[in-house]
Amino acid sequence: MFKAKSISAEHKDLIHDVAFDFYGQRMATCSSDQSVKVWDLGEDGEWHCTASWKTHSGSVWRVTWAHPEFGQVLASCSFDRTAVVWEEMVGDSKPNERGKHHWAQRAMLVDSRTSVSDVKFAPHHLGLQLATCSADGIVRIYEAPEVTNLATMNLQTELQTKLSCSCLSWNPSRVHPPMIAIGSDSSDPSGGGKVQIYEYKENERKWQKIDTLNVITEAVHDLAFSPNLGRSYHMLAVATKDVRIMTLKPMRRDQFVGSTRIEIRQAAQLVDFKQSQVWRVSWNVTGTILAASSDDGFVRLFKANYLDNWKCIQELKGSDGGPSPALVPSMTGGMHSRQDYPTHRGRNTSSSANQQQQQNGASATREQSNAPQGGRSRYPFMTL
Amino acid sequence: MAAYEREIPFLSIPEPESSVHGLSAVWGRGNQLILHTGCGQRRKAEGSGDQVVYHQTPSTLHQVEWQTDMHNPHTRKLVMQSHDVFVSLQKQSPEDKNASRKPQLIKCSRHYRAFIAECVQDLRKASLDPNVDQTEAREYGDQCEIFQTIGLIWSLCEILFVETLPGGIVLQQLLDWVKLHFTEGDVKARNILMAEEIETTEEYWSAIYIYILQGRLTEARHMLSLDPKFQHDTHGAYGRIDELMRRMPVFGTLSRQSLAEFDLKWRHWQDTCRQCLEDQSFVSYPRLEVVCKILCGDQSVLLQEVGDLIQELGGWYHLMVTRLLYTNPTVKAMDLHYHAKASMDACGVSGRMTSLDSILDKALEFDIYQMIKISSATLSNWWFVAHLSDLLHHCGQLDSHQLNFGSDLREFLLLEYSSTLMSHTSFWQVVADYLDHCPQFGRHYLELFIERIPLKTERKALKVLKACEDRDMKEQAQSICKVLGMRCYRQGRLGSALTWCLRSHDPTFATYLADKFLTEYSLKGGFTNIDLLDNLGAGMLLSDRLTFLGKYREFHRLYEQGDFSDAGALLLSLLRARLAPKQFWLTLLTDALPLLELDEVVFSSKQTYELLRCHEELERWFKSEEYKTRILPKKSKGQLELEKEKLELLQLGLSRNIAQALLKEGCGSLQGS
Repeated sequence: MFKAKSISAEHKDLIHDVAFDFYGQRMATCSSDQSVKVWDLGEDGEWHCTASWKTHSGSVWRVTWAHPEFGQVLASCSFDRTAVVWEEMVGDSKPNERGKHHWAQRAMLVDSRTSVSDVKFAPHHLGLQLATCSADGIVRIYEAPEVTNLATMNLQTELQTKLSCSCLSWNPSRVHPPMIAIGSDSSDPSGGGKVQIYEYKENERKWQKIDTLNVITEAVHDLAFSPNLGRSYHMLAVATKDVRIMTLKPMRRDQFVGSTRIEIRQAAQLVDFKQSQVWRVSWNVTGTILAASSDDGFVRLFKANYLDNWKCIQELKGSDGGPSPALVPSMTGGMHSRQDYPTHRGRNTSSSANQQQQQNGASATREQSNAPQGGRSRYPFMTL
Repeated sequence: MAAYEREIPFLSIPEPESSVHGLSAVWGRGNQLILHTGCGQRRKAEGSGDQVVYHQTPSTLHQVEWQTDMHNPHTRKLVMQSHDVFVSLQKQSPEDKNASRKPQLIKCSRHYRAFIAECVQDLRKASLDPNVDQTEAREYGDQCEIFQTIGLIWSLCEILFVETLPGGIVLQQLLDWVKLHFTEGDVKARNILMAEEIETTEEYWSAIYIYILQGRLTEARHMLSLDPKFQHDTHGAYGRIDELMRRMPVFGTLSRQSLAEFDLKWRHWQDTCRQCLEDQSFVSYPRLEVVCKILCGDQSVLLQEVGDLIQELGGWYHLMVTRLLYTNPTVKAMDLHYHAKASMDACGVSGRMTSLDSILDKALEFDIYQMIKISSATLSNWWFVAHLSDLLHHCGQLDSHQLNFGSDLREFLLLEYSSTLMSHTSFWQVVADYLDHCPQFGRHYLELFIERIPLKTERKALKVLKACEDRDMKEQAQSICKVLGMRCYRQGRLGSALTWCLRSHDPTFATYLADKFLTEYSLKGGFTNIDLLDNLGAGMLLSDRLTFLGKYREFHRLYEQGDFSDAGALLLSLLRARLAPKQFWLTLLTDALPLLELDEVVFSSKQTYELLRCHEELERWFKSEEYKTRILPKKSKGQLELEKEKLELLQLGLSRNIAQALLKEGCGSLQGS
């Protein structure tokens, strides 16, 4: 069963990013209209915009939430070459704007000389750290020495990737050393691998590049580590002209050289994207389903079954035909065509309504009854 | 088949701009996606210029949620009820092959079925409720039908896999199964009996036929006796058919007769039926002839005269049961699938099977894996497959199948089911209990999930914390405490913040909060949350600053109690141990002032020397670079003057105390000698 609804976002230009807070109860959106909006899920189950403010003097590319251990904190990055840390002020709402919250600017990170393309907070067990990457190829890691003072974010490290950076992702694992993957959208294939892996060396107290994913030479637009789930390897989804699922397995530390090696393998290459680029990858909370958005207007969901075969389980696409009355196919049980269940025919009290539904079902679903023995699912997610 | 596998469910989102700018999706809580137009092309094409392009159509977000089947009030009830059964079932270990376990398993299965039936009733009522909005009512109607189907499959599975009888004689159970799920006979009979006058209409005969098809001969005879012709039975036809029905042998599990004995009796009975037919006893009573033909196990009559009725009753599976009843009453469960095939062929189902047909067929073939696979693909919710496979696992039915993933199938389904509950905030305890019983991934899922449970109130937070502690999830518990500590701090509730901080064992935050308390003290000259500070106990060892705070509060208590010498000693030890931050030293020394002013001598000469040394150290610090750059600029002129005055007073007090102490000690030593 599906439920779907539309929410008017009131941004005056394209939305570039949507970020959920840790609990999925708050949402932040950012746009080329230079503003960020914060949305709260009300008791009524609806999203209410509780704050909207101009954040930058250029398109805002990304917005991201810090872990609630650090309070209600957001970071945004922009074409205006800055990244900014914002904090929500409690009990400080202006009287004329009831229900609106005030977000105060804390740290403004102005080290970049080009557009800042991505910003991400580190996993919370690493404290309040923030990584940014920019078009000039520099990755910067900032740290707040005191979590209660967000105005001070010290630049801890600058990493020179020598490639124009488009995206970054922190490895969420608690049990491994801190790790970051950086993607580059440089389209020059001679530049080599477009994803670099950095790890923090505790004993040397510095970040070090430990590997490059040489199999990926096309422009990379997004990447995301999946939650670890106790696996002995890390899983990284990479958005390029298709989606690659890479596994990174840390090998035993070499005592003599003192460096960690990781064994990199390509677990899957999801090639359902004809001639288009994938711009966005997003994992669900348990890391079992991946949503990939591509410029052919499709969003595809991929899931591995328990034999670890990755399959597309659902496609979503925007429809052109103006304001459509309903999502097609119908979001309710219309998906489930009646002919499949002849068992209780005798019991249906209103046969005319039933017939009507049958017709709905017939026009809405691509296929009719006769479910195959192979069990192809008519319900997304319901595949073994 | 391959083509089937490739076809992917498709969903269209009403977003006209997506063709130009693309569509992007981000995961939310549970099975929830937020979609918006734009995917990053613009970002790349931006280059050097960046201007706001005001759009004609306002931007829109689209929220899509999947698998909300179990979120409505009626299915939610099922979730809660079945959760209790699930938990009690888990207390029985599947390794224990003891036969005494079986009644328990049967009981669980019955419970599940009862709750399914209740859910079907609720959903049906809701779907017919005029107050329910139309689309919602249709949803309920659809769900009602799905759960009805689920109930039908479940009952069959119970017969085949759970309540297995010795010898595998299943007919009586199958009859109960069709009787339970196909109640058309009762409906028709009720209609007839409600009428003022009994009329032998088509419906009347249908009711009798259905009773006979379901082996309910007592009911059939009762109905038949209502026929007016029965009273004036000139040819004795009614009496004869009544006698035949009365004498049909039934094999009960409780009867003492052996199978062979029963078989003999039964054959003899059917021979009598055939004899009646051959004698043309019913030739002028076509209705009764049909009855007799059914009793004789005549195949053609089942497909022709009562064929439509059987279709109404579900079709091939009812045909199979009726056929077995009148041709092969001692059939074994293991042979059922041959009969299923034959009935399907007779009904012309083969080749155009519905998913329900396939599911029942696979169950009758004892192919549990295929049955579950098809059910998962076609029944819209994970509730059924998760609970059924768990029950079968406990019955030892899943393991006996040589599948290379073994119990992983059960875990996979339980994980899927609990994932569908994650997006609903009221199910978190249910989710946790299910994940507890997933040996491989359950804990990892739960670790990710439990931290993300929204904590609207402290009461809920304490419940979630308890759940973490029960499962020894230290990191998650700590993180929850940190979140709450931070939240209280932001709301200006220092005491609660400190309480949560102590639970989270976070030394840096403890130091920070202790500083806040001390600042508050320096500003207001008193402590809030005295109860908490007095009862820090071993918790104060979390950070040096907190230890200092606790001890400093203890100094105040001693002082208030008039325990001046202990208070003095404690104060000195605080200074000596360097626990206090430098900017607080002046406050500490000032606290020593009233002790110095007392008539009795609190500080000995040695102690006073130490205080003097601290005084000197503080003055040196006031001249240090650190003080001048970091602290001095923040202080007002008045504050500085006050400080200077305090220092002078202190020096005076200290020197006077030395004199007094020496004098007293001198006297003491003189007296002593």
